[in-house]
Amino acid sequence: MTVRLPIVVPFSPSIDEAQAPEVPFSALDTVWFQLTGTLCNIACQHCFISCGPKENRVPMMTEATVRSYLSEAAELGVRDYYFTGGEPLLHPQFWTLAESVLAVGPLTVLSNGILIDGANAERARTLFDAARYSFDLRISLDGMSAEENDPVRGRGTFEAITRGIAELARVGLSPTITVVEHRTGMGSEQSRSQFLQFVVELGLSRPRVKFMPLLRIGREAERTHGYDSALAWYSPGPVEEALAERLLCSSSRLVTEHGVMICPILLDAPGAQLAKTLRQSMTPIALRWDACRTCVVDGLSCRT
Amino acid sequence: MSDINRYAVFGGIYNNYLALTAVLDDAERRGAQETYCLGDLGGFGPHPDRVFSILQERGVMVMQGNYDHSIGNDLEDCGCGYSDPRDNHYAALSYAYTRAKTSARWRPYLRGLPSVLRRRWDQQRVLMAHGSPRKVNEFLWESSSSDRFLSRLLDEHEADILLVTHSGIPWQRQVERNRLVVNVGAIGRPANDGRTEVWYALVTVTGGRARAELIPVAYDHLRLASEMRAEGIPEEFAITIETGWWTTCLEILPAKERARGRY
Repeated sequence: MTVRLPIVVPFSPSIDEAQAPEVPFSALDTVWFQLTGTLCNIACQHCFISCGPKENRVPMMTEATVRSYLSEAAELGVRDYYFTGGEPLLHPQFWTLAESVLAVGPLTVLSNGILIDGANAERARTLFDAARYSFDLRISLDGMSAEENDPVRGRGTFEAITRGIAELARVGLSPTITVVEHRTGMGSEQSRSQFLQFVVELGLSRPRVKFMPLLRIGREAERTHGYDSALAWYSPGPVEEALAERLLCSSSRLVTEHGVMICPILLDAPGAQLAKTLRQSMTPIALRWDACRTCVVDGLSCRT
Repeated sequence: MSDINRYAVFGGIYNNYLALTAVLDDAERRGAQETYCLGDLGGFGPHPDRVFSILQERGVMVMQGNYDHSIGNDLEDCGCGYSDPRDNHYAALSYAYTRAKTSARWRPYLRGLPSVLRRRWDQQRVLMAHGSPRKVNEFLWESSSSDRFLSRLLDEHEADILLVTHSGIPWQRQVERNRLVVNVGAIGRPANDGRTEVWYALVTVTGGRARAELIPVAYDHLRLASEMRAEGIPEEFAITIETGWWTTCLEILPAKERARGRY
């Protein structure tokens, strides 16, 4: 029997800087925190940054690092904040950090929902009610059945995730459900309306479902295939204004324990680390990675 | 020094000529000396052509919203700024109706409206924008606009008072150095609060300080709903007029505003 070890291949820029499209930097509106680094309680087969229970190549952020970036972001007039991972709820100071962020601006947390038991749902509700700003939870679920979801997110996850969603519904919260289109046709109009009906049946009073295209990097490149680097999807020079506005890299940055990165997708990309401070990271971005194609061509936006 | 210190400011008429008249009457009763419309004359409601003469006869100062830009230039899309397919579906239906029913003679007027208005009210630098000062279709919601972000907008755009519309739910906030940001809401449809009234802002500036009052106004909403149905406008829109709850374009709402609504 062979044991398949997780392989993480950092993906180098495949596009020459002189040939790459350029995204001008408009303003720092959003800051993403890679709160738990690559640590997650599950190991999804389509995870574009290959997170997992033993995956610590990008370390968890310390409370001091989070607070330092939060303070810098507030000084710069940042509009809103996101917690991502890995699974942000694994952070031992998750709730106090969430409260601190909500004191200065709106916060969205990207979670798989598995750690949301009755007590955590109550805490989320308390925080939601106490905050001046929006506290939005985004729960990932990749199918309307265990048969559809579990092959990509792991055995038993459908039940665990839907239980978490039901706990949130019980306390009157209505998280946004995000669905990765890991099978052809999942993003069709019919599938979208079925999914919406499905989350209503889970108890969500104000259902909202966000579909997202696959990113063919990280573990997904092993599950199916990577990008075809020969495909010419780009042209050099500044991108059009409307496209720039839609792209995260024109107005957002990702902060990690190691420094500031371009965006949550390029966490493993050599060359995507910009600087140690947000101020120094407010620069135009050359779209040098194949994964940028998914945002540019397929219209992916990590925003809620 | 000007004697004028009371200003009525509204936005998002969305063809609702009945609410427009009611709001202008209310503002007059309350002693507003100047009246401003922050754009989006069309959309949602019936009979687009009816608002133009009212605005002109009542001397309203009007600026351009995304809808006015799109109708004025006969564009394919309202430029509303939604990102979700369901939101865009309903936005497209209402845009197609307004585009088809707005007389071509009004297009030059809509095209020519200013995209921003600046005033001095008792030494206060006033900036009126449709969505935000930096983007016509940016949504400024109460729960998703941090204080620091609003301060930054005021700094970058050199204003002490910022007045916007576009998102359709009114709110106001005092930010550092006594500066004021007001989203005046919309008078074309209710504010997703279960009330059938629509909202506008009355801004009073005295002694170098600005104060805004957000005012609900009742109008013949049942007549509007009935006219909408007669015009074949989607039933979902008429229900919103009758109940005060939004039934469409909900995906764009931040969590807090969404939680206050019914859907």
